[in-house]
Amino acid sequence: MNFLYLFVIIPLLMMGGVVLLKSDRAIKIFMLIGSGVLLAASLILLPLFFEARALDPEAAMVMRSDIMWYEALNIKLSLGIDGISVLMIILSAVIVFTGSFVSWAMTEQVKEYFLWFLLLSIGVFGFFITVDLFSMFMFYEIALIPMYLLIGLWGTGRKEYSAMKLTLMLMGGSAFLLLGILGIYFSAGINSMNILEIAQVHIPVEAQNLFFPLTFLGFGVLGALFPFHTWSPDGHASAPTAVSMLHAGVLMKLGGYGCFRVAIYLMPEGAETYTTLFLVLTGISVIYGAFGAVVQKDLKYINAYSSVSHCGLVLFAILMLNQTAMNGAILQMLSHGLMTALFFALIGSIYGRTHTRMITEMGGLMKIMPFLSVCWVIAGLASLGLPGLSGFVSEMTIFVGSFQHDDLFHRVLTIVACASIVITAVYILRVVGKILLGPVQDKHHEALTDAVWYEKIAAVTLIIGIAFIGLLPFLPSEIINDSLTAVISKL
Amino acid sequence: MNYLDNILAMRAELLVVAQIIFLIIYDLFAPKTAGKTIDFVSCALFLVITAVGFIPQADVEAFGGMYLSSPITEIMKSALNIGVILMFLQSKMWLNSEQIAHKRAEVYILVLSTLLGMYLMISSGHFLIFYIGLEMASLPLAALIAYNKYSYNSVEAGVKYILMAAFSSGLLLFGISLLYGSSGGAGLYFESVRALAIPSSLTLLGLVFFLAGMAFKISLVPFHLWTADVYQGAPTNITAFLSVVSKSAAAFALMLVLFKVFPALFDYWEYVVYALIVASITIGNLFAMRQKNMKRFLAYSSISQAGYLLLGMLAGTAFGMTSAVYYVLVYTVANLGIFAIVSEIENRTGKTEISDYNGLYKTNPYLSVGMMLFLFSLAGIPPFAGFFSKFFVFAAAVEKEYYGLVFIALINTVLSLYYYLLVVKAMFIGNDKITAIARLKTNGYTKTALFIALAGTLLLGLLSCIFAYIEDFSFGLM
Repeated sequence: MNFLYLFVIIPLLMMGGVVLLKSDRAIKIFMLIGSGVLLAASLILLPLFFEARALDPEAAMVMRSDIMWYEALNIKLSLGIDGISVLMIILSAVIVFTGSFVSWAMTEQVKEYFLWFLLLSIGVFGFFITVDLFSMFMFYEIALIPMYLLIGLWGTGRKEYSAMKLTLMLMGGSAFLLLGILGIYFSAGINSMNILEIAQVHIPVEAQNLFFPLTFLGFGVLGALFPFHTWSPDGHASAPTAVSMLHAGVLMKLGGYGCFRVAIYLMPEGAETYTTLFLVLTGISVIYGAFGAVVQKDLKYINAYSSVSHCGLVLFAILMLNQTAMNGAILQMLSHGLMTALFFALIGSIYGRTHTRMITEMGGLMKIMPFLSVCWVIAGLASLGLPGLSGFVSEMTIFVGSFQHDDLFHRVLTIVACASIVITAVYILRVVGKILLGPVQDKHHEALTDAVWYEKIAAVTLIIGIAFIGLLPFLPSEIINDSLTAVISKL
Repeated sequence: MNYLDNILAMRAELLVVAQIIFLIIYDLFAPKTAGKTIDFVSCALFLVITAVGFIPQADVEAFGGMYLSSPITEIMKSALNIGVILMFLQSKMWLNSEQIAHKRAEVYILVLSTLLGMYLMISSGHFLIFYIGLEMASLPLAALIAYNKYSYNSVEAGVKYILMAAFSSGLLLFGISLLYGSSGGAGLYFESVRALAIPSSLTLLGLVFFLAGMAFKISLVPFHLWTADVYQGAPTNITAFLSVVSKSAAAFALMLVLFKVFPALFDYWEYVVYALIVASITIGNLFAMRQKNMKRFLAYSSISQAGYLLLGMLAGTAFGMTSAVYYVLVYTVANLGIFAIVSEIENRTGKTEISDYNGLYKTNPYLSVGMMLFLFSLAGIPPFAGFFSKFFVFAAAVEKEYYGLVFIALINTVLSLYYYLLVVKAMFIGNDKITAIARLKTNGYTKTALFIALAGTLLLGLLSCIFAYIEDFSFGLM
């Protein structure tokens, strides 16, 4: 049996376990163990991948296996990974692992919460291990629907509104996507849903010009493409901590990954036709998201807008259509996934203590909760691109890659996008100055305690990831480069 | 072909007739105290008929081509059978109610006569048989709709339905007579009408009237105005029957006639069907959003669902027919699952408003989860069967390059998700402890119905063999 099945089977078994277990505490412990197993499996996947790669250095994807499903449309359950999906799987496993730790404080309807949480992770993992358009789309939609109940039931603030808005907007995106997928399938004309097989044939240019924007928009909605990003601030602000982490950390990456794997890989000429339009839109995402973060007062909104900006940068880099920039885009996905998860985890911890997320109502937290504050500073520095942490590596690569284009348009746009680094520094340092430093705003806050064991484990795991990418960037970068060749050669 | 062969060819119809006769006699002679055993007997007998329906049958014709039976018609009948058995199973609560209990056998008899008419519609090879089947399918339904005779709404709905049915039959009959005229007296056999179906104005006029009559039966916009009132007024179990079995039978019959008789006029009915799809999906969805009553809500939802079903028909390919039949099958289990819960709640507590479902999860977790899964299946969320059936009808339409239409339909799935989620929201997020429906103890029959519906909703999609089986026997425009 293919090792990759484990990533769907383990969460399924965990769902079964959660249903059977009675007490909340048992469920939580079970979740910690199960997500630990998932993380271990994702780390074991790395050597397995290298081994398979060494055997078959030419193939676009390794560890392939097919099961025929619907013969009428030649739909198969096709599995396969390349370096990029391996990294995405590891990222997802890390976030699910830390998310389970952060959820230790959950008290309401614990069983249902974890069931939905696991269903969400099945969708995420399934999406990254499949190479069949139909299965990818199916897992993509599986990942969307648990969000509604997770936000609507366990969220805070205007949760029902946010949940509905998020679900409908993402479903709208998937409507575009479905038409795009069917269009690709029928215009490729080889009766195959397999991405690798479709990539071998040339889709007629007219069809590419019709279906590229649909597919790109479909995934782009999930990747917070302007002007379809509005679900993100509301959704992330209302969601419970672990769900925000998983959503911003992994689910938004589904968008970037899909744009890259489906839209650009299969329709390179369509991509070239539309780069101008979409580059401008993603450029707006980058700058507008950053400015949005500057004016917000709610910590979660600040981080959500910052996610819009950073995820915009991912799409921006992908659309540059060259190897360096795309490499940067994948690094940015990893880096943003880890640091935004760290941010949301910390916001959850702080909110759990102070019961406010308004930066105007907090101050001097560095004295009260030093551990959380230091983690916050690390995450902030990663976000604004301090060398030695992950943000620097990815943004540097992206901007270098983008500037390689020698036409004025790309270069001007790159310079404009670079401005986001400065704006990021503004909102990060503003928050640090307001809530961590300065005098204590609320006398009651002085009695608060610092992080406890499960928060520490989550934060430290994520910081290790951020530092790893920051200090040894060549390791992930090599894995990515190896897998980018297939895409680049088609451009 | 001798007489016996003719008889054997009609095995599905004859079995239903046998059950009707048996039930009439049984009801006459059975002691009144043994009234309730009739539920068991009817369900068990019909289960046998359903099982027999799965035995494959070759292409046969009887009575000189007036009656045609082929594997695909048998599959369609089986889909209807599944709907009927689910409806029987969930009706027990209603049949036990005081005003109905003494006339419970008639419910089974009337439903089965309706079903017999539907069988004839599907298997007809002659417009006369088609028309007889159609009438047979509508008249007993009017009686069933007005079955709660002390309820003002029920009787009103019955009258509305019978007027509508008469009017639409009139339209249909007028269409058929025009077709007869255009065929120059060659008769009303499908074969002979088909041979002479040239795009003359007389034929086209006949076709349009025919389509309008059928659109009334399937309740497609703009012929849908009766739907919400009748669905709301009728006893809930009959609403379930109307919205699933009656609708799908008419859709099957329309599809077979269009494919068999009018392939040459595809260029003309294409536009009509196109417009019907866009109108039904969009208007159905927009009105469903505004509904406060569960039954009206389901009425509009079923109007839009019928629109999706027609997408497969519009493709005009074998794959399109497969996807349409499959769509009906998936819709049947999901929608009847919902109705099982809605009727259970209505028969126990009399509550039918969506707001009554607030906080249902706290008191009835299993019913709520079941309801949610059925709603998700209707909305087309994976891994439930509805996702697959929607995907296939869209694929069938995209194959024929109806990009604009599919786009409209896809945007509408998002709208439909909105109102399906409103019900989910009421059940799970709405937290109304005071008025929440108390814990219900469902009886064995309803539980069986829910179990079958749930199994269907989960397995029809994941197991691809059912789709492949239907596909083996489907055909495109001939």
